Amino acid sequence: MNTQSDAMPESFDAQRVAPAVLSPTRPMYWSVRRELWEYRSIYIAPLAVAAVALFSFTISIIAGIWERPLRFDPGTPQQPFDMAAGLLMLTGIMVSAFYCIDALHGERRDRSILFWKSLPVSDITTVLSKASIPLVILPLLTFAITIAVQWVMLLVSSAVVLVSGQSVAMLWKNLSFFQMSLLLLYHLLTAHALWPAPIYCWLLLVSGWARRAPFLWAVLPLVVIAGVENLAFHTWHFAALVGGRFMGDAPTISSTGPDMFPTSPMTHITPGHFLSSPALWIGLAISAAFLAAAVRLRRYQGPI
Amino acid sequence: MTLQGMACIEARNLRKAFGATIALDGIDLRVEEGRILGLVGPNGAGKTTALNAILGLTSYQGELKVLGRDPWTERDQLMRDVCFIADVAILPRWLRVSQALEYVAGVHPRFDRGKAEGFLARTNIRLASRVRELSKGMVTQLHLALVMAIDARLLVLDEPTLGLDILYRKQFYDSLLNDYFDRNRTIVVATHQVDEIQHVLTDLMFINRGRIVLNCSMEEVESRYLEVTVRPEQVAAARALRPMHQRQALGRTVLLFDGLDRQQLDGFGDVRTPSVADLFVAMLADKPGDKPGNQVGQALGNYEGAAR
Repeated sequence: MNTQSDAMPESFDAQRVAPAVLSPTRPMYWSVRRELWEYRSIYIAPLAVAAVALFSFTISIIAGIWERPLRFDPGTPQQPFDMAAGLLMLTGIMVSAFYCIDALHGERRDRSILFWKSLPVSDITTVLSKASIPLVILPLLTFAITIAVQWVMLLVSSAVVLVSGQSVAMLWKNLSFFQMSLLLLYHLLTAHALWPAPIYCWLLLVSGWARRAPFLWAVLPLVVIAGVENLAFHTWHFAALVGGRFMGDAPTISSTGPDMFPTSPMTHITPGHFLSSPALWIGLAISAAFLAAAVRLRRYQGPI
Repeated sequence: MTLQGMACIEARNLRKAFGATIALDGIDLRVEEGRILGLVGPNGAGKTTALNAILGLTSYQGELKVLGRDPWTERDQLMRDVCFIADVAILPRWLRVSQALEYVAGVHPRFDRGKAEGFLARTNIRLASRVRELSKGMVTQLHLALVMAIDARLLVLDEPTLGLDILYRKQFYDSLLNDYFDRNRTIVVATHQVDEIQHVLTDLMFINRGRIVLNCSMEEVESRYLEVTVRPEQVAAARALRPMHQRQALGRTVLLFDGLDRQQLDGFGDVRTPSVADLFVAMLADKPGDKPGNQVGQALGNYEGAAR
């Protein structure tokens, strides 16, 4: 800690901490810590899902030992791994959505916004720290937990394959674990962070604007627009657009077969295509606009 | 940053309206460093709006500088030098005491964690407790411990002791005065419990309907206003001196005078400096157009008790 004295005339004791300038990233770091303290579901939910996935996988594979042939096929081992990853992705989406809808509403509801605003943390730092939860923290957390789960699954299945007298080498060769992990990270950062960013930022904005029922205010306009479109043109483009963004259905991130899981080794990723697609940048521009509005709103907002 | 010779708070023609309701109707205000200003007014008088403007929590028209900064546009920088405790416990209920310490230490450049822990050690608050597990008095103690460990220049208190029992209230102001206040700091406190803090104040301000009704130092209050419990036979003679207010207490007539000499009044009965509560009632209850009694009685929740 910095013990450099500042312009204040009096000094209380030697270890008094009064650096004139804090590093600008410190308020950001502590704001994110604060979100993790307040919304413990951010990590508890994926951990719980991971535990359930591991438990059921272990049960299934152990029960399978006594069956011939093995329920778990070392020749095409991806399926349970993909299932675990998919479950965790879904969990991430749900946690992100529920987090965003409450993030700027909860602090006004419980009046604690007065406490947060009494500290030298700017509105932009606060809003960005909240946006970082669905856009950075949760994708990375989902990645780390998924990898951990898949490692345990790999160890368990290796043990079972060994016991059943088959070749572990084939399992490891067919799984291409490292490649799967890289593809997963890529998929999480593109399809579950950059692509749905406008959705999460919209939820944050409504959360900071609505006096009550933010969920309703967030969803209702989307439903109305989709409904009007369908009545007027008999199409569902808007609903498909929002749904695709929300679920991470980004067509440009890779050229994968329709039934292929995004971490399948056959996936051919196309980051250049994705990063140069206008749809991505239009979405990010809209996200930035939503966040800017949320920052401005927070300045005016007090307890409700 | 040097602020020598600069007022801690300086406002000129401060205005704020919520729709048709005018909360602040052109307030001029100057609070020097090292003062303890008591802001007193009925409910809805504009106290909280004024404090919120000072804290950068609400927009306003007119000029306002707090420690040389514009609070509305520079709230985050301003909050390095300003602390704030609001009328109700605003600490989030999920927060642990240890987390509160960690967080404030993390974001506040002038926070001394050891000092805050020292204050907390004198209370029954455990570091592992969540705010929701603490009593209202303990939450206020926690907030006070956090605030007193911040080397701030301005402390704003908005009804900080509302709903606390008298022990906590007394302890609150004792801690502030003994462990916190020095001549480099400024305190602005808005409260209805004026009698409890009047000995603490250096300055007094009455505010009503968004306007300042009285703004002077406590010495001025003491030299200017006198209250006489008049002997019954002399009531008429005393009234001839044009008291600003009169009331009945235990069957005796009590008159309040502005700007008279003590010697002039000595002959009528007991002369003393009025309590801030009595002065407040005198100045606000008789304003033409005001609803008498109700509003002021509400504002001074403890007035009945204070009036003896």
